[in-house]
Amino acid sequence: MTWGFVLALAATAYGFKVLGLVLIGNRQLPPMLDRCLGLIPAALIAAIVVKDTFSIGQHLQIDARAAGVGAAVIAAWRRVPLIAVIVISAVVTAGVRAAT
Amino acid sequence: MNPWRDERLRPVLAACVTLGLAVGVFAISFGVTSVSAGASVGQTCAMSLLVFTGASQFAAVSVFGAGGSAASAFGGAALLAARNSVYGLAMAPHLRGSLGRRLIAAQLTLDESTAMAAAQEDESHRAAAFWITGLSVYLFWNLGTLIGALLGTAIDPTVYGLDAAFPAAFVAILWPMLRERRAALAAAIGATVCLVLIPFTPVGVPILCAALGILVGVPPPPLSASAASGEVVAT
Repeated sequence: MTWGFVLALAATAYGFKVLGLVLIGNRQLPPMLDRCLGLIPAALIAAIVVKDTFSIGQHLQIDARAAGVGAAVIAAWRRVPLIAVIVISAVVTAGVRAAT
Repeated sequence: MNPWRDERLRPVLAACVTLGLAVGVFAISFGVTSVSAGASVGQTCAMSLLVFTGASQFAAVSVFGAGGSAASAFGGAALLAARNSVYGLAMAPHLRGSLGRRLIAAQLTLDESTAMAAAQEDESHRAAAFWITGLSVYLFWNLGTLIGALLGTAIDPTVYGLDAAFPAAFVAILWPMLRERRAALAAAIGATVCLVLIPFTPVGVPILCAALGILVGVPPPPLSASAASGEVVAT
């Protein structure tokens, strides 16, 4: 790996991060756009959850993570505090992994 | 009231510290992977300080570690970093202020900070949740990277189930948002699109395509829905 690579990747990553913030800036958005942008976290975070739970690279697979995240769903539904949800899911995942 | 002193932000702080620990353990393993893939300690730390996008960094060093080309390492890492531009669009309305402030906020625009900010019901808490989460992840990610790069041995995060900590945290963060019908629909579409595309598209693309879910926001909200939310406010 070269320093050129590190700096080029840093510039690219920062470019992506700054793009949306600068593009919109302090502008007031039309209501439709505002509604759509407000839904970004729900759409993307849900996608991250299924990706992190059911995939390794381009392969779909069901393993101990599914049990841990399943426990997190139940815990979230029972309104367990976030910190406890994280701990419960890690313990369940580690337990299932150790047992299988 | 100063949102930083608001006790309703305490769960955010507690979650940041917990998530920070998981981030730190992954960062240690990133430091180790990076150095063993041939990067120097300086380059490894520079990546975490400057690139600061965990998934991209892991993708890049694993390609180098497997003897892949710089071009393929770069392409994969860039695809994974692209979703942060979508997060920037979502966060912009909550991060108004001077250009300098936004340029710093940009570096902290991640899955974690965006999710935690979006989860705040009170609009005035969003910016604070974003900054607390972003700075905490930045701190733990860089600290862990340095430790891993110097130590050369890591705890395997999977032994402690920490690989499930992130999706689990996101489930808990997402849950209250799903009470709103449109957000639930956007989440369902995002998750489905992502799952369907994973086997067929390069890593990073499914998450970007999940943004299709936001199209449920195009039609104006039905009058009955706004009346219903008005009732909730009134009671």
